[in-house]
Amino acid sequence: MRFVSEYRDPVAARALTSAITELAGDDSFKFMEVCGGHTHTIYRHGIEHVLPPSIELVHGPGCPVCVIPMGRVDDAIAVAEQPGVTFTTFGDMMRVPGGNGTLLEAKARGADIRFVYSPMDALELAQANPDREVVFFAVGFETTAPSTALTVLRARDQGVTNFAVFCNHVTIVPPLRAILSSPDLRLDGFIGPGHVSTVVGNRPYRFIPAEFDKPLVTAGFEPLDVLQAVAMLLTQIREGRCEVENQYSRVVRDEGNPRALEVLAEVFELRPHFEWRGLGFIVNSALRLRADFAQWDAERRYEVPGVRVADPKACQCGEVLKGVIKPWECKVFGTACTPETPIGTCMVSSEGACAAYYNFGRLHRDAAVSLGRKG
Amino acid sequence: MCLGLPGQIVDVDGVDAHRATVDVSGVQRAVNIGLIVTEGESVSVGEWVLVHVGFAMSKIDEEEARQTLDFVRELGSAYDDEIADFGRPTG
Repeated sequence: MRFVSEYRDPVAARALTSAITELAGDDSFKFMEVCGGHTHTIYRHGIEHVLPPSIELVHGPGCPVCVIPMGRVDDAIAVAEQPGVTFTTFGDMMRVPGGNGTLLEAKARGADIRFVYSPMDALELAQANPDREVVFFAVGFETTAPSTALTVLRARDQGVTNFAVFCNHVTIVPPLRAILSSPDLRLDGFIGPGHVSTVVGNRPYRFIPAEFDKPLVTAGFEPLDVLQAVAMLLTQIREGRCEVENQYSRVVRDEGNPRALEVLAEVFELRPHFEWRGLGFIVNSALRLRADFAQWDAERRYEVPGVRVADPKACQCGEVLKGVIKPWECKVFGTACTPETPIGTCMVSSEGACAAYYNFGRLHRDAAVSLGRKG
Repeated sequence: MCLGLPGQIVDVDGVDAHRATVDVSGVQRAVNIGLIVTEGESVSVGEWVLVHVGFAMSKIDEEEARQTLDFVRELGSAYDDEIADFGRPTG
């Protein structure tokens, strides 16, 4: 498959890991990635086990499904259970447990809840079913928000009135700042989120070298991309540089996507604050529809309980999301909390650190441990 | 969900300026190109784009793609040693 297979070349991967081992030398490094896609790639391709043990990859709050608090899932279910509503959602949100169960369970009880691949599918559903009120559960960082924005603009331009968006889009910079300001964590650099960066470019990350003295390399999602980004981070450190670099230059431009940024600004505004699972309330970190688009805003059209639901006591998703503990260090990992019976969102979403590790990482780790290497 | 896939434009809709058909690994689907089509600049059949939730997010720059791979090949001796090891018979 073009633009995929070439970046999985094992010979090239081993050349990169040799270069990385040489650059790392006798020192230890901890790099954080903040994208569910990177977490998935790292576990799926066993990247941590081809890197020298001195390099540790930490998973940050990069999964937009994982950071949605339980109370917001309850709000989604409340909207879905309104008479006449067809509630549409991306697949990963279906099994996220709120305080009162999941969307999938609500569907089993009779609510009209459907999976869509694209927000545009939801709009087309509304146009095809004028007697239904179609609501789209909008989730995602800046990668996905412009697609929601274009869909809302199209709804307006085509006069579609039976369509609304339940907006839970979040932005990448505030949680990065929260992580960097946290005393729990000592990091040496960041692997930047490749697809968020197709929209926002590389400039928003400049505060990281400037204020916190850490380098960041925006990376693609194939194994060679991640390895090359690690090599670039180490090279910066060895050369005494500290800057934002772009490994994913085939897709990410420094200035991002101007049209995407334009539609974001036209349709959305920042919420003063928003609760992130595991990180608490963060100022100016999430989006809502502007007043001009009120008629497509599900929160204005429907009553939502808006109740704050605390995570179950056993759940340690917050610590996993901040990279403070690894999935296997969570007390309920693999026992009470599995992909079939998830307690927290890190296990539900296929990009969550725990699900990724459960599905791909355990065998690698067992093998590594039995070979006497660090797991 | 956050995954983006490379796909090739196989058809551009003559009526809807924001619609194209994209082939991702043999599967074809209508994709919205509204985020990458600006005044005076459209997409052509044969171009590659990154697709996320039914929208093209960016064109794939083939020159940059090649340079990314060249970087690895330029690691020089490490890469050559690896190729040599790969071809060397055991024992």
